[in-house]
Amino acid sequence: MRRFLPVLIILAVAIVTAATAAWFYHEKMRPDAPKPSPALATDSATKPSSTIPPDIAAPADPVPAVDSLHVRGAAGAPVTLEVYGDFQCPSCAKTTEIIADLEKSYGSKLRVVFHEFPLAMHAHALEAAMAAEAAGVQGHFWEMHDALYKYQDVWSKASNPGRFFAAYAETMGLNPAQFQADLQSVQINSQIKTQGDAGVARGVRNTPTLFINREEVKGIFDPVSMRSAIDAALAGKKGT
Amino acid sequence: MVTRRAQGKSKAARKPGRGQTIAGAIMAVIALCGLTDATFLTVMHLTGDDSVCGPSAGCSKVLSSVYASVGKVPTAAFGMVAYFVVFSAAVCLAFGYAKARTVLNGVVAVMFLATLGFLYLQAFVIHAFCPFCLLSAALTFLLAGTALASWPSR
Repeated sequence: MRRFLPVLIILAVAIVTAATAAWFYHEKMRPDAPKPSPALATDSATKPSSTIPPDIAAPADPVPAVDSLHVRGAAGAPVTLEVYGDFQCPSCAKTTEIIADLEKSYGSKLRVVFHEFPLAMHAHALEAAMAAEAAGVQGHFWEMHDALYKYQDVWSKASNPGRFFAAYAETMGLNPAQFQADLQSVQINSQIKTQGDAGVARGVRNTPTLFINREEVKGIFDPVSMRSAIDAALAGKKGT
Repeated sequence: MVTRRAQGKSKAARKPGRGQTIAGAIMAVIALCGLTDATFLTVMHLTGDDSVCGPSAGCSKVLSSVYASVGKVPTAAFGMVAYFVVFSAAVCLAFGYAKARTVLNGVVAVMFLATLGFLYLQAFVIHAFCPFCLLSAALTFLLAGTALASWPSR
């Protein structure tokens, strides 16, 4: 019996590990699909109506008007904060909240540029990036950007997040047919890939990666350190 | 002939010394902790969930970096395999299979070098640390320490 005991112990550990991993994986992947509509209803109720234009007509130009860069803020802002983000990355969602506060407090001194950097490890990241870009074609990139991060917990656990994206698009007043068509667009897909490749060429390896006035921000992205980085950039601009 | 066979058998699984049993048992327990950690990280990676990091953006940076996987295989999965091999070898060692020490030392040496590499990446390339990866590093160092301390003196 003693002769077989090591084999039995090893087998038992292998079986327990495999079973636990399989159970854990199954639990994490279980679609708990909560309805998106209440959250969106709250969102649209709290947002000023001016952020969702009533005109939802498709642009006349059939070529998707997706800029390779998405910019929010004053064009002449002394500080440009570039974000390489993945919509399914939890720390990107947290960083986005911090950036939103910074945008409020720095006003016209700060502009934000978003670059797509969907990571392969996140099952729905590319789909979400496509949704943001598809919304961008109709001039609503930033609304979709904000919604995707705000409701990340909801759609990222769903087996079919596309229906959430469609619901968000509908709330924003986008043309649903065009939105669905753009979600499948090869051109948009290649634009996302181009943005990702450009990030890799620039040394981006993970998300979120931030640049302030083209200098990579190192370390932890908490409000205090980000404020001091922006203040330093502002001081540098004044000095020159 | 019979004597030789008996000798061979006794070499394969001779009654272990007390030190060998203790070293094997300690290393098996450490490897089991590492296996749990690596399994957890592998599943989190496969499900695309790095929320285990909580508010730590640094941790998320590590787990979502390009170094977190080799192709489509999570780096943590290699850790799982390595810890399992170490666990198996340590159990065999504790039960008197002296040859298991060779496998054990070899795998622990590779893990030790890999851990140094991962620590370098976290400190100087990613500029962030992941607590679960640091735990794995600490366990690997403990394994290496135990392997060295229990090295048979001739």
